[in-house]
Amino acid sequence: MSSSTADPRLASAGPPRRPIRLSWSDERLRAIVWQILVVGIVGSIVWWLWSNTVHNLEVRRIATGFGFLQREAGLPIGESLIDYDPTHSYLRALTVGVLNTLKVAVVGVILATILGTLIGIAKLSKNWLVSKLASFYIEVIRDLPLLLQLLFWYTILQGLPGPRQALNPVDGVFLSNRGMKLPWIEWLPAHNWALLAMVAGAVGTWAYARAMRAKQYADGQPRKIWPAGLALMVGLPLVVWAAHGAPFTPDIPALRGFNFRGGISISPEYFALLLGLVTYTAGFIAEIVRAGIQAVNQGQWEAAEALGMRRAEILKRIVLPQALRVIVPPMTSQYLNLTKNSSLAVAIGYQDIVSIANTTLNQTGQAIEGIAIIMLVYLSISLSISLFMNWYNARIALVER
Amino acid sequence: MKALRLSVTRALGGVALAASLAAPLAAQQAPAAGTATTLDAIRARGSLICGVNTGLAGFAQPDSQGVWRGFDVDYCRAVAAALWNDASRVRYVPTTAQNRFTALQSGEVDMLSRNTTWTLSRDTSLGFDFTGINFYDGQGFMVKASAGVRTARDLNGATICVQPGTTTEQNLTDWARANRIQFTPVVIEQLNDVVQAYVSGRCDAYTTDVSGLASTRSAQARPQEHVILPDVISKEPLGPLVRHGDQRFADLLRWIHYGLIGAEELGITAANVAQAAASDQRPEVQRMLGRTGDLGRMLTVDNAWLLNVIRTVGNYGEVFERNLVPIGLQRGPNALWTNGGLQYSPPFR
Repeated sequence: MSSSTADPRLASAGPPRRPIRLSWSDERLRAIVWQILVVGIVGSIVWWLWSNTVHNLEVRRIATGFGFLQREAGLPIGESLIDYDPTHSYLRALTVGVLNTLKVAVVGVILATILGTLIGIAKLSKNWLVSKLASFYIEVIRDLPLLLQLLFWYTILQGLPGPRQALNPVDGVFLSNRGMKLPWIEWLPAHNWALLAMVAGAVGTWAYARAMRAKQYADGQPRKIWPAGLALMVGLPLVVWAAHGAPFTPDIPALRGFNFRGGISISPEYFALLLGLVTYTAGFIAEIVRAGIQAVNQGQWEAAEALGMRRAEILKRIVLPQALRVIVPPMTSQYLNLTKNSSLAVAIGYQDIVSIANTTLNQTGQAIEGIAIIMLVYLSISLSISLFMNWYNARIALVER
Repeated sequence: MKALRLSVTRALGGVALAASLAAPLAAQQAPAAGTATTLDAIRARGSLICGVNTGLAGFAQPDSQGVWRGFDVDYCRAVAAALWNDASRVRYVPTTAQNRFTALQSGEVDMLSRNTTWTLSRDTSLGFDFTGINFYDGQGFMVKASAGVRTARDLNGATICVQPGTTTEQNLTDWARANRIQFTPVVIEQLNDVVQAYVSGRCDAYTTDVSGLASTRSAQARPQEHVILPDVISKEPLGPLVRHGDQRFADLLRWIHYGLIGAEELGITAANVAQAAASDQRPEVQRMLGRTGDLGRMLTVDNAWLLNVIRTVGNYGEVFERNLVPIGLQRGPNALWTNGGLQYSPPFR
């Protein structure tokens, strides 16, 4: 842009420089003084807090530093996604906590989005009963404190019968105050390969769909994608599984001693937390979705109807893609809220990062380090969500020229 | 413009002044937290801030009038009695198992009297000083009578409720490892909630110090439905604690505890202490109750300190009798050494 002209008078950008006068009436001098002052004040406050803290810790002979992370934790953890026992280090215990937080946050975000979208659409339904029920749900759920709702769900789940009188709605499924027990299979390497084949199949299906769509754009002929998808995502894993000898040993839960052994379980603490977070956040998401849909011009509906599209199809193909632009930014806030609200897990005994870091800081006495770890974890998760959502928002944004 | 410039320079001057104040302030305040003793701060304030349990029958619990009562509470009252001869000058701060240490470290409370186990790491890296053992306890298990469990070893595979941030949690894992017992923990912070989880059947067993189990059991609608197993899996010496560096305050707490035991040894009770102070001829009694000698001064309090303490809360046996016997606890190891127990006082001279 600057090379478009050869005029030397324009080569030096901006107005001619004038030396800074050492006078208060010089605008630039004032700006510099203010900036140094503000940075200095902030810096000295931080320094003061820091040095005071370090000094007080020394005076009270409280140990500092992160060396404790390598020490043996000795704290029991009820549920863990990775191998853990109390002989492992505090670092491992905290990792278990982070994974437990992610387990409830990720599943919660997905379920809350689905449930919230359905309720948001239901509120706009032309069916009087459906729309009023959705409004009722939104008002009740949004107006009650989340902690109360969590305790409510946890109390309800505790009210289930004991393991010996467990409800058995379907063969192999047991529902008791120890949680839900589901049958599972004995997991072998063959299953890992089959799972990998399914992922590969999904990628293949996506590539195939892309190629077919390109062809459709070229000749206008729609092509069926599902036969290839089925073959890639179901057939391929089955073939891989069969090639490994098709191992299949069902692992059905059975009552032995105090509790059920075998199968997989969902603890009442996790289930209550998930239920509370999903139903609560869905109330807010429903309103966001409703607002997003209503933000799409009525003319879009009418135009699509004029083309002979069905209502469900209009919603899916015309309205929702446009509504997403309005929906996504406030949705990010809801995802962040859900993740941070998961720290209320402490109240009902689900061992998330806050619970485990609290115990750690209590056993080691290193409160500042413990709180710093909690802050770091939530900051990382929240920034990741924000980054992803901003990327997604940019992707679906209306391309304007 | 001139007015603006004036106000700006004035503001600058203010900031500079504040900055110049902040620097020595930082240097002054930090050592002040360490050197000015807590005892001075308590005297200046005119009341004691005592960290107690959030509500454990027999140890610390508000009664129907909202007045705190219990074994641990009596130790707070004894300190106020020694300082001002007025047991009401105590403000009680309920603390959970998790926040109690931060409350003491940060200076939110002057002392903890909150059934806290004396351990090496708490004494050193947490920066506390324990001032004695006023209750010898041990960790046990409570189960429902209907579960048919006889000993703790029968608990293999059980779900066990436990409060986090306690030695209980670590003892449990140590014990399970040593005995090759598998268990599923349910970890809930609030005492009420963890007890509720056990009662509702979420857990097969609830574990904490035997004294805590007895307290919880006595608070149930039908205590006979719950059994405390005979196994004791740990040593839990409980006692009050202060911050590291509060030697004077620690001395006072230590000798109040010994004074309570000494009084029981010598047969001095709340009822007869005034008479004993006036007419008991035993030299140790005269020294303890401040008729002769200067023991109170040495502790920087009035010479009648122990007289006031005993008059207010009674001797150790009376404190125990009043608070812990009703919840079903026996003296056991907490009997006087003369009766085959562990409670023993160094001489008052």
